[in-house]
Amino acid sequence: MDYFAQQLINGLVLGSIYGLIAIGYTMVYGIVGMINFAHGDIFMIGGFIALISFLVLVSLGLTAIPLILLIVLLVSMAITALYGWTIERIAYRPLRHSFRLAPMLSAIGMSFVLTNFSQVSQGARVKPVPPIITGGYTLHEGASGFAVQLSNIQIMVVLATIVVLALFTWLVSRTRLGRDMRACEQDQTMAALLGVDVDRTISMTFVIGAALAAVAGMMYLLYYGLVDFFMGFVAGIKAFTAAVLGGIGSLPGAMLGGLSIGLIETFWSAYFSVEYKDVAAFSILIVVLIFMPTGLLGRPEVEKV
Amino acid sequence: MSATSARPSPAAQPSGSAFILKKALISALVALVLFSLMIGVRTEAGPQGGLIYWTRFGDLAALVATVFGGSIVVELLRQWWGPVDKDSIVPKPVQSAISFAGRWLAPALLVFTFLVPVIFYNQRYILDLSILVLTYVMLGWGLNVVVGLAGLLDLGYVAFYAVGAYSYALLATNFGLSFWVCLPLAGILAAFWGVLLGFPVLRLRGDYLAIVTLAFGEIIRLVIINWQSLTGGPNGVSGIPRPTMFGIPLTPGDDGLAAKLGIEFSPTHRLVFLFYVILAMALLTNWVTIRLRRLPIGRAWEALREDEVACRALGINTTTTKLTAFATGAMFGGLAGAFFATRQGFISPESFTFQESALVLAIVVLGGMGSQLGVALAALAMIGGFELFRGLDQYRMLVFGIAMVLLMIWRPRGLIGHRAPTVFLERNQAISSDLVKEGHG
Repeated sequence: MDYFAQQLINGLVLGSIYGLIAIGYTMVYGIVGMINFAHGDIFMIGGFIALISFLVLVSLGLTAIPLILLIVLLVSMAITALYGWTIERIAYRPLRHSFRLAPMLSAIGMSFVLTNFSQVSQGARVKPVPPIITGGYTLHEGASGFAVQLSNIQIMVVLATIVVLALFTWLVSRTRLGRDMRACEQDQTMAALLGVDVDRTISMTFVIGAALAAVAGMMYLLYYGLVDFFMGFVAGIKAFTAAVLGGIGSLPGAMLGGLSIGLIETFWSAYFSVEYKDVAAFSILIVVLIFMPTGLLGRPEVEKV
Repeated sequence: MSATSARPSPAAQPSGSAFILKKALISALVALVLFSLMIGVRTEAGPQGGLIYWTRFGDLAALVATVFGGSIVVELLRQWWGPVDKDSIVPKPVQSAISFAGRWLAPALLVFTFLVPVIFYNQRYILDLSILVLTYVMLGWGLNVVVGLAGLLDLGYVAFYAVGAYSYALLATNFGLSFWVCLPLAGILAAFWGVLLGFPVLRLRGDYLAIVTLAFGEIIRLVIINWQSLTGGPNGVSGIPRPTMFGIPLTPGDDGLAAKLGIEFSPTHRLVFLFYVILAMALLTNWVTIRLRRLPIGRAWEALREDEVACRALGINTTTTKLTAFATGAMFGGLAGAFFATRQGFISPESFTFQESALVLAIVVLGGMGSQLGVALAALAMIGGFELFRGLDQYRMLVFGIAMVLLMIWRPRGLIGHRAPTVFLERNQAISSDLVKEGHG
């Protein structure tokens, strides 16, 4: 039971990170109707920028950890958001009215560019950081000596996710931008006729998605204590799986899907085999798409001739 | 599907040096922010395990300056060329030129390919490279059946390549079966896996199909890595037997081909032999594809690509149509995989990553999707281009990615962006690719 509780905690933390990435996929899919293949790599870039800015800040002589973390968060969100904006501008916007495969292939190309860009610029080796947030609580000490741990960093990841999600939900449901985004999702032509700047709204979608991915990247860095140039690919596919599982296009669905994937992966590693945890995640993707193509919270797609 | 009105009309675009300068400045500024940390600061694990970093502001400045200059050049070129989006329908003279070139290019290329081992007999490097190119031509033609003809976007094609390679490697190393026995077996096994993948994805379309095939490819690779007792895991399978000429090995020994023919042994013989084997296999792929296109099943594939709903309404069984497309494509992938295994003599999961799938897909798309000649030319261009960057090993995939993005922007329909329909009423008319919409189904 204690073991189960511990895995539940671990799974929820991992799921929060996946959920944050999945929102980027689901938003872009909802509005532009394409799979932003490079989104996993945006997450990786976010992790790298958090790492580098952290290093620079520490060497500049800052000692207050909360202040550093706040600055790192803001810097990595800002720069990663700019990455998202630039990528949309360069690789996707010229192809918006092209045939369906074109933006997808362009996105795959962009994903290669980002992966190899960070490999070339920062080297291929894994970058470890010492634990920045330490300490935690022992929730329950079992008779067998197994203790359920809840570390501070886990609390922080979950809290940050909740805060970011609350902000994001407010943005989508209450602001002008959010209204524009929902309008574009329903009908771009009509939205344009009613005075919504479609190009700007789509750009902002990518910017927000990238900023959320940056938060996920930073949380990943803090939680696992490492980044490497290849981490975006697998994380990206899993987050996409999460988005599909939750019902693509649905924002709460993405978070729900992320949590589910995180839990499934953690429990699979804990009770079956660690080696096949990625296989498990990918199999879920296939199974969900076959039996429940609209996902948990998605709307059924009407086929038009 | 959506607003063309949202796009500013070409006439409204401002020009003039102030505009260009402003644009270049903004680009440079964006580049400065983007690269400030990623290029300006280099991190590395230090000797004591902690991270150290050093700055590279010179590189950063150079890159930002390049972006500034590049932006000006691109903007000037754009104004010089005029508005980009005018390539809606291929003009008549270009059409006839293409069809004329197409008529003569293919036979000329074929004759030249046959003569490659004769012309370049003493240049091992070129022979090796042409074998590699032909392997990708075959893979491209195989994937073309799935993507180009049936319109099913497959991002996990490398899985079948892997199945074929491992089938031959394991059958040959464990049971001592020869290449020529294993080759059809590898093809059949890969086709079987193709059907296995085909079944679950029958209901999926477009992007969903792409992502499921991608997941499938990754699953195969992960299983190969982790099933160590069978596949040797990350260490791969080594000591895969070389192919024999119907039982006669190409070795310097007394029973070798050279001794039997009474000529002096040379290692080039094997290369030449491999070259003709893969050429024959590629041509077989091409011939089967061309023949299949004239059969009802090929027509059904093309109909499926153009419109799945209409296809179903006309009574075409989409299930068998999709499954046969997957199986046929997978079979050719498996055959190419078996050849890859015997050529290399060693295979490991590293050869079957997603990048490989993307490369083959890029070849098919660049080739214009559905055009046999285009795919061959694209494979030549891609692999040749890759070889050009061999020295810059690190930058190879970076350049590949950039090339893929630029190609999509410049020619989303590939180099040969039109195709002749297989069936026509009264007269044959080339269809501009902008009029068809594959990838929806």
